Formats: sequence, structure tokens, C-alpha cells
Amino acid sequence: MEYGKEEKTTNLAFSKVVTSRLGGETISLCYQCGTCASSCPVAKITERFNPREVIKLSLLGEKNEVISGDAIWLCCSCYNCQERCPQKVEIADVIYALRNIALEEGYIPNIYSEFASALLNDGRIVKVSKFVENKRSVLGLPPLQPTGVDALRKILSATGFDKLQQKEEESE
Amino acid sequence: MTEVRYLLFLGCVIPYRITSYEISTRKVAEKLGMELVEMPDFNCCGLPIDSVSHDMMLALAARNLCLAEQQNLNIMTLCPGCGGTLLKVNEKLKHDKVLKQKVNGYLKEIGLEFKGTIKVKHIVQVLLEDVGFEKIKETIQRPLTSLKVAEHEGCHVLRPKKYLGFDDPEDPMVFKKLIELTGAECLDYEDETACCGAPIIGVNDMIPLQLTREKLVHIREVGAQAVITVCPFCHMMFDINQPRIERVFNEKFGIPALHYTQLLGLAMGISPDELALDQLRVKASKVLEVLSLTQKATPLQK
Repeated sequence: MEYGKEEKTTNLAFSKVVTSRLGGETISLCYQCGTCASSCPVAKITERFNPREVIKLSLLGEKNEVISGDAIWLCCSCYNCQERCPQKVEIADVIYALRNIALEEGYIPNIYSEFASALLNDGRIVKVSKFVENKRSVLGLPPLQPTGVDALRKILSATGFDKLQQKEEESE
Repeated sequence: MTEVRYLLFLGCVIPYRITSYEISTRKVAEKLGMELVEMPDFNCCGLPIDSVSHDMMLALAARNLCLAEQQNLNIMTLCPGCGGTLLKVNEKLKHDKVLKQKVNGYLKEIGLEFKGTIKVKHIVQVLLEDVGFEKIKETIQRPLTSLKVAEHEGCHVLRPKKYLGFDDPEDPMVFKKLIELTGAECLDYEDETACCGAPIIGVNDMIPLQLTREKLVHIREVGAQAVITVCPFCHMMFDINQPRIERVFNEKFGIPALHYTQLLGLAMGISPDELALDQLRVKASKVLEVLSLTQKATPLQK
């Protein structure tokens, strides 16, 4: 009985965490009909990702399984599931919220660390190099200016993003 | 006719890796009498960072929106990912006061404030709503009537409908009509609105390669001579990654992927060289043959 109570609290705790996130608000509306899974191009070709399963595990409080696994990173954000969900669960946005939680707990695919570093250095995810600048001028395209990285760093710091990034670099 | 004047938001990938899309857009815009204003100090739209930090995505998108507000100009994007992100954040901030306050708190650090005075559209929506089909028709000099193509519009031009809403995501018509204006025949094929998988390239490559391979199989089945895109990431899947797909699945496709602006440009009578067709990885020589056009070597290739 005691055990059951404790379980219930934990479960509720994780779905509350997801619900409190921007984008995660609608997760608890899910009634597990599976429209998302049958609309998902990725689920069609691999068992490694199934949106219904990700939502179910999250609602059941299986936090570790959700945030440490690779499933949440395999969503292609095509928004088919979200468009068709009869309960208006914003599934793709819920998955973004789960990814944010995963990152805060130290789980992140390398490519996203690379995006984040490029952003901190150049303000864009593709490095702004002399080579490409020259290529643009040969092609007759107007030059691009640097992104005002100093300004960006100030906002990054305000959102707490730079701290997240430092944590990532330390853990590598 | 009302003036079509937009701030051109290029995003991270197009200006360096998919310049053929930018070059052909500028050529076509000139013929359509559109004025594209440069936005040199834009930053990443925010989308690639949404997975890492939602707040950071909001701040990045909002900074771009503020730059446009300062110039009092609406934004046109070539990338549907950028377009979708900037549009969604713009709408959210316009309607959610609490969120606006939070994001303005970040922007205050750099002396900016989101006001909600501009609009954001992807080029397809601009062509539909601001340029108009009639104007496009007037610019067609060389209808591509002998050409059969397939369309791949890309997910973020259509979904979420809640924000985009100018076409039906389950049975989209706008892009097909735009293609047909060039005189080319736009063929239906199986699972036409299916995703190419591009957003997870780098996390997992096999899934996107397989998704795009399936699309190529369906496109080949109906006999299309090219696939037409309006997204740099979808284009990368069909063009740069096509030889890789052919290697991995031991199957030959040879289906060129043209940006819509290249197709339209050809129909306007602009030369293949001016439209940067030489930049395509999968050569469009058969398409040009069908159209009885030739392509010269460009200075870059010499």
C-alpha cells in the first residue's frame, strides 16, 4: 500500500514536470489511441521510436527510460501526429520539452552540442568562414555580417543557456 | 499592383551550403518585381536549438523578429524551418502576454523589445498571397510543357496548420498549382506528404536515408523527371545525399532535385547558368535536354 502510494506520487511528479514546460502542457490529454504511431514516418520503419510509447512512458513516470533512451531524439518533427491527434496533444512539442529535460540531466546527442557551440561562437549553426565568404563574393552574392555575437551572448546568459553549455563541456 | 517588399531571412544553411536556392530566388524575385531587403546581422532562427533549450530558441527567434520590427518590414524566409519557427514565436508572443514579458526580459539585456508589429511568411505563402498566381503567369516566357515533375513541399510549409493554415496539410494544393504555372506537369505519387527525415541527420543517418529512398522509389514509379523542393534540408536529402542513398541501398535513381525557384526561373526564360543549376549534385542534364536547353561550365568549375 505504502509502495503504491509512493509510486503514484513519483508518476505524477514527472508528468507534472513535463506539463509545466512550455510545449509540454498537453501531454496529460493523451488517451493512447495510437493515431500518432500510425501517422509517424519513423515508427513505420523502426521500432526504436513510437510517439505513443514515449507519451505512455512519460505519463507512467518512467523518467529515466524516456530521457536516457534514444527514442526522443529520433522524432523528425514532421508534425503529422500533432496534426491528427484527436485529443490535440502537441506531441512534437512534448518531445522537444522531453529533450530539454534530457539535456538538463546530461543526455544530449553530439550534434546538438556542436550546434550549441557554433551558436555561441558565430550566432549561427554553420560556421562563418573566410572560405565561404569568398565563395559568396565569387557567386555575386551580398556579404553577410557577423551576427552581433556579443549581443547574443548577453541573451544566452540571461536564458541560462551558457551555464547549460558549460555543464555539457565539463561532463565530456 | 501593391508593392511586394520583404526582408529576406536566409538562415544558417542556405547562404553557405545551398547558394543555388538563394541565387535562383534573387533572379526570380527580380522578374516578379519583388524587392528583397538584406538582413545582414540576423542570427540562427532558433529551431536547431529548440531541442537543447526552448527558452534559448524563443530568445533567438525574438531577436530576429525585433530586427525586422526596427525596419518595419515583414520577413520572408526560404527555409520552412526558419519560417515555421519565426512565425510560431511571433504568433505566440503576440498572444501570450506572460511569455512576451519573459522573452522581453531576455531581450532587454541587448536593448531590444518585441512589439508584435510584423508578419513572417515562407516564400510559398508570399508567392500565393502577395505576388499572386496572375503575376507569376505573366512572367512565364518559356512554358515547360514537356517536363514531368514530382513535388516535395516539406513538412514545415504545411504543419502545424494552427500557425501556417494557408493550405490543407492532408491534401495540399498550393505548391502543385505553383509548379503547374511553369507549364510542367506535376504528377501525384504515393505518400506525397511524407517527411524526408532530414531533421535527424547527424543523430541517426540511416532513418532519413531510408525515408528519402522510399520517396525516390515512389517518385520514380510515376515517371517524374525531377523532384521540386522549397526547403534547403529536404533538398540536401534529395540532392547531396542521393548518391549516398544509391550506395547504401545499391540502387540507381538519378533524379535531379530542383529548387522551385530554379524551375520557375527556367520557365521565365532565365538561363540554367544564371539559376545555378550547375551547383546541383545530381545533374539536371536530362531535364535540360527535355527542355532543349544547354548549360555552360561556370567560372567556379573552370
